[in-house]
Amino acid sequence: MFTSSLGKKYIMALTGIVLIGFVFVHMAGNLQILLGQEAINAYAHALQSLPMPILWGSRVFLIVCVILHAWTAVVLIRENRAARPHANEIEVTKRAGLASLKMGFSGITLLLFIVFHLLHFTIRTIYPEYDDLMTTVGSPNEGEIHDVYSMVLAGFNHLWISIFYVVAMFSLSGHLAHGFSSVFQSLGIRSESWGKKLDLAGKAYAWSICLGFSIVPVLVTIEKFGFITFFETSTYSFPVALN
Amino acid sequence: MKLILKIWRQDGPQDEGDFEIHQIDQVSEDSSFLEMLDQLNEQLLGEGIEPILFDHDCREGICGTCSLTINGLPHGPENSTTTCQLHMRKFSDGDTITIEPFRARAFPVVRDLVVDRSAFDRITQAGGFITVRTGSAPDGNALPVPKDDSDLAMDAAACIGCGACVASCKNASAMLFTSAKAGHLNLLPQGKAEKDKRVLAMVSAMDGAGFGNCRNYGECSAACPKDISLDYIAKLNRDHAKAKIKKIFS
Repeated sequence: MFTSSLGKKYIMALTGIVLIGFVFVHMAGNLQILLGQEAINAYAHALQSLPMPILWGSRVFLIVCVILHAWTAVVLIRENRAARPHANEIEVTKRAGLASLKMGFSGITLLLFIVFHLLHFTIRTIYPEYDDLMTTVGSPNEGEIHDVYSMVLAGFNHLWISIFYVVAMFSLSGHLAHGFSSVFQSLGIRSESWGKKLDLAGKAYAWSICLGFSIVPVLVTIEKFGFITFFETSTYSFPVALN
Repeated sequence: MKLILKIWRQDGPQDEGDFEIHQIDQVSEDSSFLEMLDQLNEQLLGEGIEPILFDHDCREGICGTCSLTINGLPHGPENSTTTCQLHMRKFSDGDTITIEPFRARAFPVVRDLVVDRSAFDRITQAGGFITVRTGSAPDGNALPVPKDDSDLAMDAAACIGCGACVASCKNASAMLFTSAKAGHLNLLPQGKAEKDKRVLAMVSAMDGAGFGNCRNYGECSAACPKDISLDYIAKLNRDHAKAKIKKIFS
């Protein structure tokens, strides 16, 4: 089923669907930080308290999708390079857009970002002190829970990290713009008559996701330089306040 | 017209190959691109230089024999046009024109601008036919075919198998050709019966010939002299998935 050239495209499309869906759910979850400390902490705590099989099942499933997606991409790119060993003297591109031509580049950026992001906010090896951020705000009972709100604010307090996150999200928007409509083409559920609308929907989705994810590091950075006051920095339990 | 031609010369499949520059004068604006090359070869013969080899046959845009990547574009700068139907009035006096063979591992260069496109024949031989004799032309409407289907089948059948899709594809994928040949037969009642077998065999022959994978760029359709639509690729993707699933559960 998955060994032919088309089979590999099916793997790219099917794992792509999972990841396209995941980024939306993740973004929607993130945006709760705009509602305040209680909302995001309660949401994060609820996710962390999911039964083991569901929590780890989803994590493993997502990681398997990312690995399959990336590995198949490597196989496809190697085959594609071998298929055209001699480049044209003059290389002309008539129709393909930048996003579709640079899928490999945006994909590598995203892979690096995913590794960094997991080490930054999930496994917390980059700044292990984030583990000590505990609070009762957002807790379902009176017990202390992890203060995700403060961790995110502290995390984006470093300018280079915010810039890296936003750059990665632009890569994501390019990757999604081509990936979204490619899913339909690779699975054969696209026609040129509604293909134009699909491309537009893909671009709209890609830019919404990019905006939704970027807004948090951008707001924190603007606040860091004192232009706005949005986040409740007074409720910080983190020793280093913004700026 | 006076032109400078930068033309690919290669002695054989194993030879490295390189560009050679020739100047040609008094090219008529009304001559076709191939006539211009004929004129150049006359000139080269007069100078005692080996003429440049290039493929051509009908010279009326229907046989699919002519090829050439002209200034980076298979069949040159005109849309929906084969090299033989391209006229020199589309160029300007004094232009430098770069002429290369169609480049793909599956299309090895035979000599100069001539490439071996028999990989396409192998794809067609794998499934681009109906296994029983369908007889001579039946009476009109003896076999009902909806007009929409016959139109779509005709659009796919317009493929002349020139290979511009492969040459324009950054991955040298043959999906547009394969999907047009499969789609043409799969849409008609005579061909429908063997649809699953056909798509599996043709895709397998395509993969075996060393073509690259489709990345949904759309360059192939933009270069196609017959404007074959990307819809046929989507249709082949769908038909192939269905055939595979049916095969697993059969």
